[in-house]
Amino acid sequence: MLILTCPCCGTTGEETEFHQGGEAHLVRHGPGSTDDDFHTYMFARENPKGAHFERWRHNYGCGKWFIMARDTVTLEVYGTYPAQTHEPPQHIRERVTAKRPGWTWRDVA
Amino acid sequence: MSEAVTPLNGARYEGLAIIADAGLSGMITLRGDLSSKEVKAAVKQAVGLGIPAQRQALTGQATAVLWMSPDELLLICAYDGVAETIAALEEALKGQHFLAHNVSDARAYLHVSGAGARETLAKLCPVDLAPHAFTPGMVRRTRLAQIPAAFWLEDRGVFHLICFRSVADYAFTLLKTAALPGGEVGVYR
Repeated sequence: MLILTCPCCGTTGEETEFHQGGEAHLVRHGPGSTDDDFHTYMFARENPKGAHFERWRHNYGCGKWFIMARDTVTLEVYGTYPAQTHEPPQHIRERVTAKRPGWTWRDVA
Repeated sequence: MSEAVTPLNGARYEGLAIIADAGLSGMITLRGDLSSKEVKAAVKQAVGLGIPAQRQALTGQATAVLWMSPDELLLICAYDGVAETIAALEEALKGQHFLAHNVSDARAYLHVSGAGARETLAKLCPVDLAPHAFTPGMVRRTRLAQIPAAFWLEDRGVFHLICFRSVADYAFTLLKTAALPGGEVGVYR
């Protein structure tokens, strides 16, 4: 069970109050894109053992979306940041590096 | 005009806690920029209260303002006064980006009071309801067993709980079951 803190309303609650919304920072490729780009957008997902970046929504609370960096092995939450962010912010990356030196996630490190 | 009734129609149960229908109450959802002076002035004019801090409620004479999310407030007022209050809000916020909507009939409103009130809610919600952790004036939107609900604690130790009207009976039965005598846990004694 994850204990999460919503960055939008500051509530600390357990996992069932939230809902995971898939991988974060996906780049959308729609009509007119190449088959390869569309395939990557549609199907290619990370399955890391370690740091992972996901979209979450505080379903039973304030209803806002946010992005969370967490560890799939230790269940540690490295941090949360606004959903309107295009790539993991530097302070989150540093926190991950402190715990998992040499980590990679997609082309982020 | 038809006679308005609450979904629970005055239901009441006394067990470890007292679960009671709170009666008809006006509720207005107000969305907008809560940090703006226009919203602040409009709320002051409409219900005579300020903007509560994050996850807090402000209570006045038969009115209340609840912080629901970073851009949403719930205003509580008299059931008959809703149209008037919304008109006041709309007048005060003319030209602003906002939404004020009457949700009075969309909700069920309950009071949970008595010695076992904290325990009754704690059985159903994943919330730390210890007296030092959940203090008067706090608002919490959460999960009440299988349904979304919100509650806030008034100074006199009464929990005010709202949920959707369609699940009013579920919420009442659930709270009643959690407050059945013999089910004391005594965790907050």
